[in-house]
Amino acid sequence: MTAGQDPAITRLRAHEMAAGLREGRFTALALLEAHLELIRDENRVLHAWSSVDEDGARQAAVAADRQLSKEGGRAIQGPAALPPLLGIPVALKDLVVTRGQPSTAGSRILKGFLSPYDAHIAERLREAGAVVVGKTNMDEFAMGSSTEHSAWGPTANPWALDRVPGGSSGGSAAAVAAFHVPLAIGTDTGGSIRQPAALTGTVGMKPTYGRVSRYGIIAFASSLDQVGPFGRDVRDAAMLLGVVAGRDEHDSTSAPMQVPDYAAELPADDDEAAASVKGLRLGLPREYFVPGMEPGVEARIREAVGALEAAGAEIVELSLPHSEYGLATYYIIAPAEASANLARYDGIRYGQSVRGEDVLGNYLATRGSGFGAEVKRRVMLGTYALSAGYYDAYYLKAQKVRTLLKRDFDLAFKQVDALIAPTSPTVAFPLGARLADPVAMYLSDVCTLPVNMAGLPGISVPCGLSEGLPVGLQFIGRAWDESRLFGLGRAYEAITASAEWRSLEPTDLPALSDPSAPAPAERLAAARA
Amino acid sequence: MTAPVASPSATGRYEAVIGIEIHVQLRTRSKMFCGCSTDFQAAPPNSHTCPICLGMPGTLPVANRLAVEHVLATGLALEAEIVPVTRWDRKNYFYPDLPKGYQISQYDLPLTQNGRLTFDTSEGPFTVGIRRAHLEEDTARLLHMTGDSGDRASLVDFNRSGVALMEIVTEPDLRTAEQARRYAEELRLLLLTIGASEAALESGQMRVEANISLRPIGAQAFGTRVEVKNMNSFRSVERAIGHEIERQAGVLSNGGDVIQETRGWDENRAATYTMRLKEDSQDYRYFPEPDLPPLKADPAWLDEIRARQPELPAARRARYRAELGLSAYDANVIVGDLKATRVFEGALAAESALPAKRVANWVTGEYLRLAKGSDAIDALEPAELGRLLRLVDEGTLSGTSAKEVFARIFAGERTAAVVEELGLAQISDGGALETAVDEVLAANPAAVEDIRAGKAQAIGFLVGQVMKQTRGRANAAMVRELIRSRLDAAPPAATAPRRPKGTPEASG
Ligand SMILES: [Zn+2]
Repeated sequence: MTAGQDPAITRLRAHEMAAGLREGRFTALALLEAHLELIRDENRVLHAWSSVDEDGARQAAVAADRQLSKEGGRAIQGPAALPPLLGIPVALKDLVVTRGQPSTAGSRILKGFLSPYDAHIAERLREAGAVVVGKTNMDEFAMGSSTEHSAWGPTANPWALDRVPGGSSGGSAAAVAAFHVPLAIGTDTGGSIRQPAALTGTVGMKPTYGRVSRYGIIAFASSLDQVGPFGRDVRDAAMLLGVVAGRDEHDSTSAPMQVPDYAAELPADDDEAAASVKGLRLGLPREYFVPGMEPGVEARIREAVGALEAAGAEIVELSLPHSEYGLATYYIIAPAEASANLARYDGIRYGQSVRGEDVLGNYLATRGSGFGAEVKRRVMLGTYALSAGYYDAYYLKAQKVRTLLKRDFDLAFKQVDALIAPTSPTVAFPLGARLADPVAMYLSDVCTLPVNMAGLPGISVPCGLSEGLPVGLQFIGRAWDESRLFGLGRAYEAITASAEWRSLEPTDLPALSDPSAPAPAERLAAARA
Repeated sequence: MTAPVASPSATGRYEAVIGIEIHVQLRTRSKMFCGCSTDFQAAPPNSHTCPICLGMPGTLPVANRLAVEHVLATGLALEAEIVPVTRWDRKNYFYPDLPKGYQISQYDLPLTQNGRLTFDTSEGPFTVGIRRAHLEEDTARLLHMTGDSGDRASLVDFNRSGVALMEIVTEPDLRTAEQARRYAEELRLLLLTIGASEAALESGQMRVEANISLRPIGAQAFGTRVEVKNMNSFRSVERAIGHEIERQAGVLSNGGDVIQETRGWDENRAATYTMRLKEDSQDYRYFPEPDLPPLKADPAWLDEIRARQPELPAARRARYRAELGLSAYDANVIVGDLKATRVFEGALAAESALPAKRVANWVTGEYLRLAKGSDAIDALEPAELGRLLRLVDEGTLSGTSAKEVFARIFAGERTAAVVEELGLAQISDGGALETAVDEVLAANPAAVEDIRAGKAQAIGFLVGQVMKQTRGRANAAMVRELIRSRLDAAPPAATAPRRPKGTPEASG
């Protein structure tokens, strides 16, 4: 360890780091270097990162320190005037483009691609003073629930290195869980933030569709994709969403709505937070306790429901009758949109280019070698669903079912203020366990993807362990009701503040810096052999 | 291979069924879905591009409101239904000129549908049904070249990529090549009038495609359809369609089958050729564009567009004939040329007392002669033409002088200044004219004798001599009157040259 760096500062929450920076307890550069050191020592075994921009991050940290010391000199003005994330390290999923930096979306076809422009949220983060450390590993084009479908190899789960961190934002989730950064950006198309948050014991929120600009987010399924935050507690996630949310003229689907100061709305006091659930009506949808759900997961969810009830919430069992069609319709609509979104990767303007005999030959060679098996599977599914003669039976039908799924939620929210459900029916599964069976993999998202289909916000917060692995509790809200979800998450944190599992760090953290520990790709190869 | 040529009698056995699809680039400063400038005609390749129109990862479209407005205005002008809420669709196909691998277009819910357009033909007025008009984005341009070493390469210029395009599709109502040409001409005039497009065929701002099939006269069922492209002028539209009708008639009358295909028009060979067979046609897998919200044409917006709409060509022609008394010919010629319309309207507006017919004569005559038949740059201020014609009307300027002045005001000068500079004000002053007439009579005794002997046409000669002497500035009617009165009033023997009075007169 380099002298002068305190590893404990990486254990702080982002809002605690912000306070420490303002009080001059450490500098942004020291904070960054402590994180960079962990990344350097541990990324071989964790493989959460696909690229790290040390120079860019240092420049941002130095600039933050300059601003901190300048503002510090005018102490009376107070720290409130400083941008909210000043000096805080943040990771971006490898599909958020940043000018001059690699953004591969986990795909060989974007190897070497340097974006000529910044994503809207990258600009917002910079304006907020954030120190963008680099890009995190992900399933190729966000298609997957384990991060095993990355062209650059899988990511390990810090709680058990032979297990997946979930996906597709598995790199962001693992990086936050392993203290490589306090905050990370992910995207969620069918559960890609909430499921890895659940599997790594972190907080992850998928906001309402349209809450965060998608401009500069490499698209998977445009009507479902949404950007959201990872943090180690609810307040941190709220702080990050507050920075990136809001209308962007470059995204016609982003909503022209006021963005509340999510973090500031949260009660600092645990008692006050716990009391806030009193009188709230929380719906417990029957269908989300699916067959195949692990008993340990169900037990943790029932306990969490009990704890909220004990704190004064009213629990209402209800039905979302079309939930069982969620998975099937999702796997029509998402691949259909993806088949068009991925058509631009033709090897002509950027990314990987493989020459063939003629124009068609170029396409076949470039796309044939540039895309992985799961991407090809979904492009074929989507192309099929949109083809003449099949469109009505598949795509159009799926859109109708989507309307029914939405209506289920609309009816539920006439009775209750929010829904409470498991995030994932299982804890983190072993590397390789579901690779051979796509449908088993798809089932990972059965509790999350209806929320994307309805465009609603959902948050996953840790609710204990099953077999030593994290379980995630999901709150689902009305459109634009992120504040309530953060409030519920914060209340649940307060209610369970003294629970033993809250004090635990991921089990396998010590092994991350072990030179003899295998890399995730080696573990996966061994598991498949 | 030469196409079998149909005898006139073969062509006569069939009826042609023609539908036209026209793509026009809309007149917008920026492209359809990004901020790139559309002013790239003289720009180097790929200089008017951005991540959006290059289809970079993560980019999203934002619809150009003015482009939508142009389509709505076109729909209103075509008496079409405006669909209050429509959407965008993705048309999927792979080609190097299509950076996203799909074109954002409108599939089953076009902005406007079920309109019509009436135009004149040599056989009288004809109305064609307009099936739809919708918005989409243009593709890039491909340039094929051969390198020094003989290898072939295709270069892509994305300057045109993402330019706003409107596609207008007729019903298969047209029956002759002439109708097709006239439709295209009238549509262009309409688009120019409402300012939706520059619509120049030569530069590709307006692209005409025709679907042509033949059926025996009296038959209801449609024959096999052939699509004809690459018609780069109105003349080639008519020629290509005429040729294709003959070609199909030849095939059918020889017992053959027309093949469903796309044919290109080769202007030099004056023939169509096979570009693509139907078997190559693709499934475009249209589906709603998720990156753009539905397109709403709310009534207030439509009212706004309607209120801004200028007088349309058909209404203008009718008004010129009914209210201004113009002939059908003059009304057509003036309305058919936007600049002529502007000059006509401007001249009349400046001098409302002028007879419209006289103004029309000048516009269809002198103005269009200079505007179309010469290299002179048209800088005419229409009000100046009005002022010029008033001077003629008042007798201040002779017809001959007026033409001389017009050439100068056409180049941007002011009527009053030119008349002043050239000293062209017509001599209507009695004294000055009398002097000139007397001199001419004295100098031409033979002609005077002829007139006295009853040869009235000799008066014309004398008038001409006076005009010559005054360099065209004399008021011809007054001169004629003066000559008559002089010859009636005095016997020839008594006629003697008078001394010129002290009238200031330009000499030499
Ligand atoms: Zn552009």
